[in-house]
Amino acid sequence: MFNRDSWQEIFETISKNKLRTFLSGFTVALGIFIFVILFGFGNGLKNSFQEFFVDDATNIMRLFPGRTNKPYNGFKSGRVIEFDNADLAAIKKNFAFQLQYMTPRIERNSTVKFKNKSNNYGLRAVAPGHQYAEKTILMKGRFINHQDVINKTKYAVIGRLVENDLFEGEDALGKYINIGKRSFKVVGVFQDDGGDNEERYVYTPYTTNQLIEKNTDKVGQIIVAFKPMIGYDGAMQFEEELMAFMKKRHDISPSDESGIFLRNVADDLEQNQQFGSMLQMVVTFVGIGTLIAGIIGISNIMVYVVKERTKELGVRKAIGATPRSVIAMILQESIFITTAAGYIGLFGGIFLLSSLGNSLDDYFIKNPYINMGTAVFATILLVIFGAIAGYVPARRAARIKPIVALRDE
Amino acid sequence: MIEIKDLHKSYKVGKSSLHVLKGININIEGGELVAIMGSSGSGKSTLLNILGMLDVADKGSYTLDGVPIKDLDETKAAKYRNKFLGFVFQSFNLINYKTALENVALPLYYQRISRKVRQKTAMEYLEKVGLAEWAVHLPSELSGGQKQRIAIARALAAQPKVLLADEPTGALDSTTSYEVMQLIQEINDEGKTILVVTHETDIANMCKRIVLLKDGVIIEDKKVTQVRASEHV
Repeated sequence: MFNRDSWQEIFETISKNKLRTFLSGFTVALGIFIFVILFGFGNGLKNSFQEFFVDDATNIMRLFPGRTNKPYNGFKSGRVIEFDNADLAAIKKNFAFQLQYMTPRIERNSTVKFKNKSNNYGLRAVAPGHQYAEKTILMKGRFINHQDVINKTKYAVIGRLVENDLFEGEDALGKYINIGKRSFKVVGVFQDDGGDNEERYVYTPYTTNQLIEKNTDKVGQIIVAFKPMIGYDGAMQFEEELMAFMKKRHDISPSDESGIFLRNVADDLEQNQQFGSMLQMVVTFVGIGTLIAGIIGISNIMVYVVKERTKELGVRKAIGATPRSVIAMILQESIFITTAAGYIGLFGGIFLLSSLGNSLDDYFIKNPYINMGTAVFATILLVIFGAIAGYVPARRAARIKPIVALRDE
Repeated sequence: MIEIKDLHKSYKVGKSSLHVLKGININIEGGELVAIMGSSGSGKSTLLNILGMLDVADKGSYTLDGVPIKDLDETKAAKYRNKFLGFVFQSFNLINYKTALENVALPLYYQRISRKVRQKTAMEYLEKVGLAEWAVHLPSELSGGQKQRIAIARALAAQPKVLLADEPTGALDSTTSYEVMQLIQEINDEGKTILVVTHETDIANMCKRIVLLKDGVIIEDKKVTQVRASEHV
């Protein structure tokens, strides 16, 4: 079946029936091309999505103090809960195994002033771990460190846009700014992938803030990062234990839902991943749809091609072609054409995708790409279905008695 | 060469069946040139189809060159056709995207003969029908008579035992018809057994024997004095 002679016969047929060859080849090439492009765009969308939503570290939990709604242990309901330094120490001590790092976060709003320019910014008084929790990227200088926390230094790390607003191109590093009524030295400037709003914050050591606020030991919310290796189940268990631990410390009823709130990013992550996988499903669906359209296209063409050749096949049979050789000829021809055309469509699509690169960023398509395996699989699928689509009418044509095929219309 | 005994064939037409061949008995020796005549519906095409293994009889025996032709599946029929028979059709049935030479060489392709030998043999047969200089032309560039001569060359290329011609002159004018018949006579002169289905008396008279069919039976089977086509050209 695959000897040189039959190839020669097929190349002859192909080269002398250019329109037919072009039509069937074009369908396959176009099908694969569109599949590759759409799939690539889908992946690009997914990339953008990940960039938007998966900005923060994924192994953190946030504890927010609330207000109790149940009386417990002799306390009335409606009691305001506050976290303090002792909570930090207790968590650190009790959960050493699960804990990667932790940081309090005291959020305030404050007027920040440099020379005669001033503006209102979000102020976050934090510990060094906060840098990892928010994936803060330092452009220059450094973040708040342990020494700052211990010494309650008046150092500040400011966002890129804060520097832009107040310093007007001047280098902020080492300069002194006024936060509220007090003077802080800028030790670092950061940027954040989370967007512009994230770059309009000022970070200071939480201890410094406590000192300023009449030497309080309150810490606002607590951000806890667990070790990633404990996994999703471990994180869920850690969440439960941490919650129980904190409720006990603050005399909150175990069934009280509003004393302490806990937000686990792992849950958010799960949600985001669900959204992401839905996006993936849509992409896959579109891809499969394109493929089916391609398969239907090639099937139609194959049916037409065989129909058009009925008479020729009848002649071939009359002069000695066996049904098998007729089927083999049509299959070999169709597989050859679809494979070659599929290859062209495949690489055309991949070439276009890679040459697009990041030029469609504005349309939320970032770095579109297609997995080579997926693309090759789609091509092979189309070739197989092209062959099946050719086989069915070819078998019928091979069964037709030559005398029927040759009957004069 | 051909032995047919008590051949029956009927076709189903709706619920009733149409008895087309009602017991045909015929013996054709090697080297004969036989015309099968009859009006339409007489069963002559059915007979030729069965002879050509394009159709299967319901009853009766058919022996071709000493080989009993029975239990034919498509593959076996294709092999026998390729080995024993050459076909010439009324509408030529050349493959339109192949050149004259390639058309003639095609039966040899199905005999798995190497390309070089195919080309050489095909060229010889083209010379034989006088169309060597048209070898690289497509059928669309040839006249009707030329096409039929190419078709005859193709039928001969596989060196069949019997040549079956179904109305070979049906689509041709009389001058061209005589040219084609002249070629057929020449081939017959070389000893090839040829069956010609026709409804034209002058064509039938150019054969050596006329078998007349009517309503599925042979009503007349006579040897005739052959009229040479060359006398008319």
